[in-house]
Amino acid sequence: MSDSVLHHVAPDRYRRPLRQRVASVIEPWLYCAPVLVIIVAVMFVPLVLGVSYAFRDIQLLNPFSGGFVGLDHFRALGQDDAFFRALRNTLWWTGASVFLQLGFGLILALLLNVPFAGRGLAQALVFLPWAVPTFLAGLNWAWLFNPVIGPLPHWMTALGLMDEPSNILADPSIAMWGPIIAAVWWGIPFFAITLLAALQSIPKDLYEAASIDGASPWQQFRSITLPFLAPVIAITVLLRTVWVANFADLIIVMTNGGPADRTQTVASYIFTQAFKRLDFGYASAVALVLLALLLAYSMVILVLRQRLSDRDK
Amino acid sequence: MATMEIRSARKTYGTLCVLEDINLSIGDGEFIVLVGPSGCGKSTLLRMIAGLEEISAGEIRIEDRVVNDLPPKARDIAMVFQSYALYPHMNVADNMSYSLRLRKADKPTIADKVRDASAKLGLGALLERKPKALSGGQRQRVAMGRAIVRQPKAFLFDEPLSNLDARLREQMRAEIRKLHRALGATSIYVTHDQVEAMTLADRIVAMHGGHIQQVGTPLELYDRPANLFVAGFIGSPGMNFVEGAVELGTFVMRDGTRLPLPEGMPETLGGATLGIRPEHVTLGEGLAAEVELVEPTGHGIILHLRLAGAVFRVLTTDRRWLTPGDQVQVGLPAGALHLFDESEQRVAPAPHPQQ
Amino acid sequence: MLKTIAHRVAILCFIAFSLFPLFWLLKVSVTPNDLLYSEGVRLWPSRVTLDHFSFVLANSEFPRFFGNSLIVSGTTAVCTTILAALMGYALSRFRFRGKLWLAGLLLVTQMFPLVMLVAPIFKILAPLGLTNSLAGLIVVYTAFNVPFASFLMQGFFDGIPPDLEEAAMIDGADRFTAFRQIILPLGLPGIAATLGFVFTAAWSEMIFALMLISGNDKATFPVGLLSFVSKFSVDYGQMMAAGVLALIPACLFFLMIQRYLVQGMTAGAVKG
Repeated sequence: MSDSVLHHVAPDRYRRPLRQRVASVIEPWLYCAPVLVIIVAVMFVPLVLGVSYAFRDIQLLNPFSGGFVGLDHFRALGQDDAFFRALRNTLWWTGASVFLQLGFGLILALLLNVPFAGRGLAQALVFLPWAVPTFLAGLNWAWLFNPVIGPLPHWMTALGLMDEPSNILADPSIAMWGPIIAAVWWGIPFFAITLLAALQSIPKDLYEAASIDGASPWQQFRSITLPFLAPVIAITVLLRTVWVANFADLIIVMTNGGPADRTQTVASYIFTQAFKRLDFGYASAVALVLLALLLAYSMVILVLRQRLSDRDK
Repeated sequence: MATMEIRSARKTYGTLCVLEDINLSIGDGEFIVLVGPSGCGKSTLLRMIAGLEEISAGEIRIEDRVVNDLPPKARDIAMVFQSYALYPHMNVADNMSYSLRLRKADKPTIADKVRDASAKLGLGALLERKPKALSGGQRQRVAMGRAIVRQPKAFLFDEPLSNLDARLREQMRAEIRKLHRALGATSIYVTHDQVEAMTLADRIVAMHGGHIQQVGTPLELYDRPANLFVAGFIGSPGMNFVEGAVELGTFVMRDGTRLPLPEGMPETLGGATLGIRPEHVTLGEGLAAEVELVEPTGHGIILHLRLAGAVFRVLTTDRRWLTPGDQVQVGLPAGALHLFDESEQRVAPAPHPQQ
Repeated sequence: MLKTIAHRVAILCFIAFSLFPLFWLLKVSVTPNDLLYSEGVRLWPSRVTLDHFSFVLANSEFPRFFGNSLIVSGTTAVCTTILAALMGYALSRFRFRGKLWLAGLLLVTQMFPLVMLVAPIFKILAPLGLTNSLAGLIVVYTAFNVPFASFLMQGFFDGIPPDLEEAAMIDGADRFTAFRQIILPLGLPGIAATLGFVFTAAWSEMIFALMLISGNDKATFPVGLLSFVSKFSVDYGQMMAAGVLALIPACLFFLMIQRYLVQGMTAGAVKG
């Protein structure tokens, strides 16, 4: 362009009338407002209240409770062996559940990503456990593990996994496997659905190009499938970990924390403190610690994921 | 129909400026084509006119009314999208009548207008079909039909033919031209295809890097490109360029080859570029060159030559038997030469093309 | 060939693993009481009976629990989907300051320990008369399900080309009209998937139902079912029969929507 244009003084930024500018700023918030209102009212306000309980003495059956106790609950927590045991159990319960759900979910998604006759039906059937109410899943699995009325102990004995048919939910050393198996059964579909969706969004020509380049199926899986799935896996594992760690239903229904507290997780411990012993102050303190741990964990995952995707760029 | 006026329009995203100081007047019923490589800002400009993008600075007027603050629905323009953007859940008739229904037109009027438009476009038999049951060309027609039922002030086209195959594109191009003649509607058409631009436009607006490079009739841009960008972009195969300098009225190439310039060119110019279209180069007497590649086009051949160290293309209808490695002589008629200075701007009088 | 067989066998294993517990539920529900323990580990009882079903339907309060659950889950699904559609649309289509912050906020809600919120929620709802009421449950379930449902809807909307609503806006629609007349009809599979997802989630919920509801007349299915367990003599046959009945609507709903779930997520819901 000619010099005069290159040095052209830009005209003043065009300002729309105030009313319009306000309207365009507000517009997206109008769509978000109903959701914001309800989650603030039903989740954030109670959260703040719940956090305040952690510093107060709240016992439902004690009319003299309600006073401010500062960090007393947290001091008690520091010496509560049951809590630390529950924390260890939570790690074990969450880690094993999520890992197995992810593993089997990934295998299932890969199996379903291959076209075959009856795929629609197979997909509907294997996803069905997700629709089963968790308490029902818990009851049902507790039933299956019962040697009197359930077949599993007998099968395990026949396979040599067990000396005689007994209830694994009653054996402190392996009781945790009961809820874990139930959780895996219930949770595989979630991973399978999200991973299958991700698999189907991988462009097919990538695989064609790779196979023309001579990549074996395993190499294709490692160099195409996994990198594509990684962000999805990260976000799904994150969400799932948080849900499973907070999830007490199965344990309460199947073992109620027993035997000998061997299946007591932090979530079920909070439940016991709050609703069996009606000590809401202490329960809130425990919950706050759990929330802090989960937030920290999420930050780590998100940062890792960011690093990963930055590295790809 | 309407006139349009764009004054000092600018578009920025944060600190990134994608359109700078756009000025353009469009006459009533004119067919304007915005052409340029991808990323030149042509689609953004079109979307600003449509009201789909905000205008960061300057103003846009339609019929003397500043439309900067108007939402798309209030601008009374129609647009044909590259993807056609047909509503998949509506049949052809509903697609075409959607705008009329939004304006609460009465049923007989809607039926009339849809019938008119579908007759113009040969869509009469397809009115009940859903878009997914149509071929690419038919979808394209429906998209146009949707635009013309409204009789808007202006039509905007955003690369409407780029999803069609070559044969269909040619056919639709002609139809768009005919339709424009019949309706006389002010139209703005965005494309990256310079052939489309040449064949459709009353005036072409060549854009590059967020700036308008040149505005003019197709032949003006072809005959007298304002700068190197336009010279290279318009015409196919593209113009040949040779770098060098002008000394004493002759052009001196890098390797010392000298070429006389026509009257009226500057006597001296350091760092100049000489351009000539492949179809203006003559085979026969002149500079020695070596054939590197022969591309038959059916109609003629495109020769890729090595001349004075540069690749040089020649378009000829002469079906002479040439093979790579052959030596030829080429003439560069003085009247067909374009000269550009160091800042890539055209210099000196417009040479008239060879007839 | 070998690969194909291995693939089919693997699929069959997954199907068996998925269905066996459900099969067992059905088996117990049709086993007569006198065979319950003696034939406890047989795959199918020597005699079957529908007595448990008829008893549950005729003599227990299950029909009422069933009705309550249906009302709560259905209303929750509809409310959540409407709110999530609006939110998901905003996340999908607008660029605005605070959007990332908003998405983070939704994500954070997924971490709240449920049991920590129960008591405060009870305290807030009580003066409003929303405890021991189905409306209260609906409000709470909607709030808890809406964040994930919003992400889900965002994914579905991401899969709809923005050209379509731009075309509608040029045709003379304002944004909200374009949303209602163009985007929502095209998002129907996504809406169906979200409805089903929320319905099954609300149908399963136990902790809030236990805490916020005290009387049998407002109890939902899980609460009613658990009341069987806490009785002195547990009638497993009846309980399982009730369980089978509880499964029917959730499974039906889920079977209808599961393929839309995969479709919708393909469009981007899970890409974060």
